[in-house]
Amino acid sequence: MPFVDACATEDIEEEDVIRWNHGGHIYALYHGFDGAFYCTDGLCTHERVPLSNGLVMDFEIECPKHNARFDYRTGKVLRAPACEPLKTYETKVEAGRLLVNVP
Amino acid sequence: MADAALAPRTAADYALSGPAADRAVAAGLSAAQWYHSDVPRKTMKALMQRRDGPALRDTALWIALHIALAIAGIALWGTLFAVPVWLAYGVVYGSACDSRWHECGHGTAFRTRWMNDVVYQIASFQIMRNPVSWRWSHARHHTDTIIVGRDPEIAFMHPVRLALKALAFIGIVDTVQSLKTLARNAAGRFTPDEADYIPARERPNAIFAARIHMAIYAATLAATATMLALGFGWQSAIPLLLIGGPRIYGCWHFVMTGLLQHGGLAENVLDHRLNSRTVLINPISRWLYWNMNYHVEHHMFPMVPYYSLPKLHETIKHDLPAPNTSIWDAYREVFAAVMIQRRDPTHFIQKALPPTAKPYCAHLHDTLPERERA
Repeated sequence: MPFVDACATEDIEEEDVIRWNHGGHIYALYHGFDGAFYCTDGLCTHERVPLSNGLVMDFEIECPKHNARFDYRTGKVLRAPACEPLKTYETKVEAGRLLVNVP
Repeated sequence: MADAALAPRTAADYALSGPAADRAVAAGLSAAQWYHSDVPRKTMKALMQRRDGPALRDTALWIALHIALAIAGIALWGTLFAVPVWLAYGVVYGSACDSRWHECGHGTAFRTRWMNDVVYQIASFQIMRNPVSWRWSHARHHTDTIIVGRDPEIAFMHPVRLALKALAFIGIVDTVQSLKTLARNAAGRFTPDEADYIPARERPNAIFAARIHMAIYAATLAATATMLALGFGWQSAIPLLLIGGPRIYGCWHFVMTGLLQHGGLAENVLDHRLNSRTVLINPISRWLYWNMNYHVEHHMFPMVPYYSLPKLHETIKHDLPAPNTSIWDAYREVFAAVMIQRRDPTHFIQKALPPTAKPYCAHLHDTLPERERA
C-alpha cells in the first residue's frame, strides 16, 4: 500500500484531530499529546458521524454525537454505543508532511 | 417541518417497531443531518474540555447531602421536623439522580472514565432505569430526537393524557412501570421496542443489571418486613424511605424540569431549536439538574459537559430563540401548546429567532456534515 501525502504536520494542533478526504473515503488524522501522528477511519462505527468534530483526550477520540470513545492508536472501542473498532492506518512524517499508508 | 401525514394520532403510533418507524425512515428523518450553530473549532475544543473538579465537587456534596439528610431524618423520626428533611432527601435522591444518570451516561461529567461509570450505575439504580437499556435508549434519543417511531424517550405522546402527566409528579405510575420493566428484563425478556435499540450482544448485561437492581429492592423490602416483625411499627418504613421510595416522593423536581425539555415543541424536525427548549432557572434547580435547562445547547453539542453549557449558551445564543425566562414561564408556554395539541397534534410552538440567527433548518452544514454515507 502506498504512503499518501495527507497534510502538513502543522495543520493539526497537538491533541487534536482533522478530517482528511481521500479516494472517496473519510479519514481522521490525529496529533497525539505524545507528539506522534495517527490515522483512523473518519466516521464513528456506531452511526457514521465524522470524528473530526469530536474531542481528543489523551489517546482517545470521542464521537461528537453519542460520546462513543476509541483509542485512536489501535482503533479499540473504549466506550459504547460504538461496538466495532475503527480501522487504523500507518503514518510517517517526512519533511514536515504527514504521510498515511492507505489502501 | 412537521408533516401532517406523519402526525401521530394514538400512543401506538410512537411504537419503534410500528409503521411510524418505517414512515420516519422513508421520510429521511432517521439518522439524519441536523442543524448546528456555527462554533469555531478552537472555541468548541475549549468548551468540550473535561475536568474532574466540578463533578467531584458536586458529587461530594450530593453524597454528603444523602448522608446528612438520612441521618437527620432518622434522628428526627416521630417529629414534624422529619417531614421536610425526608422531602429534601427525596429530591436529592429521586430527582438529582436523573441529571447524574444523564451526564454520566454521556460520559461528560468527569474526565476520568470510571468516575462517570460509577456515578452512572448509582444514579441508574436510584431512578430505576436499567443502566444498559437506557444507555442505548438515550443514544437513540440523540440520533432521532422527537422523531415519531424512532425516539424511545418522547415524553409528550399525542394525544397527551394530562392526568398521567400530573401523576408523574408523584412518581407512582412511573415507579410501578419501571419496576415491571426491571423485573421483565431480570427474567430475560425485552419488548420489541427495547429489542429495536438494544444490540443483542448487550442484552445479557441488561439482564444482569436488572437482577442486581431487583435484588437490592428485595433486600430493602426484606429489611422493612423484618423491622415490622420485630415491632418497629412505622419506623419499619425507613428502609423504603431511604431506598426506592424517593423515586416516588422525591421525583417531582426531575419531572418538572424534564417535561420542559421538549414539551409543546415540534415532532419530526431536524433542528433542535424547534424541538428542544432552553429555560433560565434558579441556581438550586440548576445544581439539581446539572444545567440541563440548556437543552437546545445540549442536543446540538452533546459532548459539552454540563459545567460548560452556560458558556456554550453565551456562545450561540445569537442563533437560538430567546430562552424561557423561568420554569413558570416555560410551563405556561407548554400548557397552552399541549391544550391545542390535544385537538391538533400537528400544532407546535415555533419561536421567533433573533435577527442574527440562521433560519430554521435552512442552513445545514455543508462543510462539516454530521452524517455521511460511505
